[in-house]
Amino acid sequence: MQIFMQQLINGLSLGSIYALLALGYTMIYGIVKIIHFAHGDVYMLGAFFGYYTINVWHFNFIMALFSSMIFCALVGMLIEFVAYRPLRHSSRIAVLITAIGVSYFLENGMSVLFSGDTRDFPQVIKQVNYEWFGIRVTNVQLLIFVTTIILMIVLQLIVKKTKMGRAMRAAAADPVAAELMGININGTISFVFAIGSAMAGAAGVLIGLYYNSIEPTMGLTPGIKAFVAAVVGGVGSIPGAAVGAVIIGCLESLMQAIGFSAFKDAAVYVVLIIVLLFLPAGLFGNKQPEKV
Amino acid sequence: MKTRWQTIAIWFVCMAAGYGIIYAGEMTGVVDTFIENMLVMMGINIILAVSLNLIVGFSGQFSLGHAGFMAIGAYATGIMTQTESTFAGLIFSMITGIVITIVIALIVGVPTLRLKGDYLAIATMGAAEIIRLTANNLKITNGPAGLYNIPQLATWPLVYIMMCLTIIIVANFVHSKTGRAIRAVRNDELAATAMGINATKYKLMAFVMGASLAAVGGSLYASYLQSIAPSNFNIMESVSILIIVVLGGIGSITGSVIAAVVLGAIDTILQNFGSLRMVIYAVMLIVIMIAKPSGLMGRREFSIGKWLAKRTAKKQAAAES
Repeated sequence: MQIFMQQLINGLSLGSIYALLALGYTMIYGIVKIIHFAHGDVYMLGAFFGYYTINVWHFNFIMALFSSMIFCALVGMLIEFVAYRPLRHSSRIAVLITAIGVSYFLENGMSVLFSGDTRDFPQVIKQVNYEWFGIRVTNVQLLIFVTTIILMIVLQLIVKKTKMGRAMRAAAADPVAAELMGININGTISFVFAIGSAMAGAAGVLIGLYYNSIEPTMGLTPGIKAFVAAVVGGVGSIPGAAVGAVIIGCLESLMQAIGFSAFKDAAVYVVLIIVLLFLPAGLFGNKQPEKV
Repeated sequence: MKTRWQTIAIWFVCMAAGYGIIYAGEMTGVVDTFIENMLVMMGINIILAVSLNLIVGFSGQFSLGHAGFMAIGAYATGIMTQTESTFAGLIFSMITGIVITIVIALIVGVPTLRLKGDYLAIATMGAAEIIRLTANNLKITNGPAGLYNIPQLATWPLVYIMMCLTIIIVANFVHSKTGRAIRAVRNDELAATAMGINATKYKLMAFVMGASLAAVGGSLYASYLQSIAPSNFNIMESVSILIIVVLGGIGSITGSVIAAVVLGAIDTILQNFGSLRMVIYAVMLIVIMIAKPSGLMGRREFSIGKWLAKRTAKKQAAAES
């Protein structure tokens, strides 16, 4: 039971990181209907920017987190402007290939610039362990939960309460009608990329603190897992992305706990296929009637 | 009828000429080991791309799991030819790989082909990853280290012949009655169903056929390169096959062949750039896609039959007037 609870805590921390990434996927997919394949690499850039600001400019954690979020927001808007906007009306497979191109570019560009080595992330926060009933929680884990929850509440408020959020929902529901109603579609899409990428940047800094190491190819696997989480939760739904991510994170940790760590990734994909078969719209997605 | 035989004859001459050119290159030493390796990889990529094009282009099912089926073929050959290292053993292992792939493609396809678009892509990607992770954890596949010292039974002539066979099979298949049904389902599933076409059956047919051809590609890959590891068959491998298909034009066999050759040549040239190779490759990919989103060929095909028919029609028109 103790081991189970311990793994649950670890799974929750991992799930929170996935959740921050999955939010970006789900919002971007919701509005432009493309798999933003380079999202995991934006997260990698966030981690590297955090590394840079902490080491060179001696930022503290909060400053590093915010600067990294702003940096990633700019990167996200740039990616959308350069690689996706010219293909707004082309087939979706063509956009997917450009997204893969962007991903290759960021990964290999970073490898060329900063070498492909793994490097240690500076520990701006001294690790403190808390013990409750034999379950160990570190302050970094608590920080991850708190940051994720705050960011998710802020995001939910932006989407539900602000004018921009209403524009986002309108553009996701029907881009043509939204444009006719005077919504600036390009601006709205840029904004969605900015917010989604900022979340990825925050996740990058947090994972740097949690795992202590960063490398240029670190974005690939979490990127795919987060996308799986977004699909499991229901693409387009913010609570869905969070729940899906926590499920995936916990599943991975529990598989590790019962001694099947070699099959933890396979388990994630099995869950994905099962969810897709029985709930094609995901756990929280609204089921759309088939268009005739 | 006459043009039909002419078409077949011209294609046969073209294929024989291609063989002759490579053979002459081998004899005169123009084609050294390095270039031969490049040509064989192009051939294998053509097999993989044409078979994926059957799934993505002609039946319209967005699959991201081609590397998984390739892995089955590769491992079948890798395991079986180590004990039975003869040419017959290679062919037998290839057939075994195809049979296993057909079974697995049916298991994967029956439930997942109900999904559409990106969801299908994610589901097939998951299935391919499960295949890869299984190979990563089994004893018979030697885990993450993979298999090495596989006897090199596949030589360039075999790859060339298999490549030609794949193109012939797929090209004839998509123009057969079944192929027409498959394309009808791609264009409008509802209308096709209304005309009495069993959509699921034809989608599954294209999926299984594409997958089994991928297994052939995998077999040749394992036998020619002599070593395989699960990491050779990850998502990135599926993606690189998809890139060939999309760059060539989704639904164009000619496009897939041209794109496989062009990308193979580019890859070889970029070897000189060292670590910048992938950066240049990535930029090129983005630029080509933005400049020509429908791929090099779109849905057009190069067809000698049509060309001949046009010529005779012109001649007749000239004779009449």
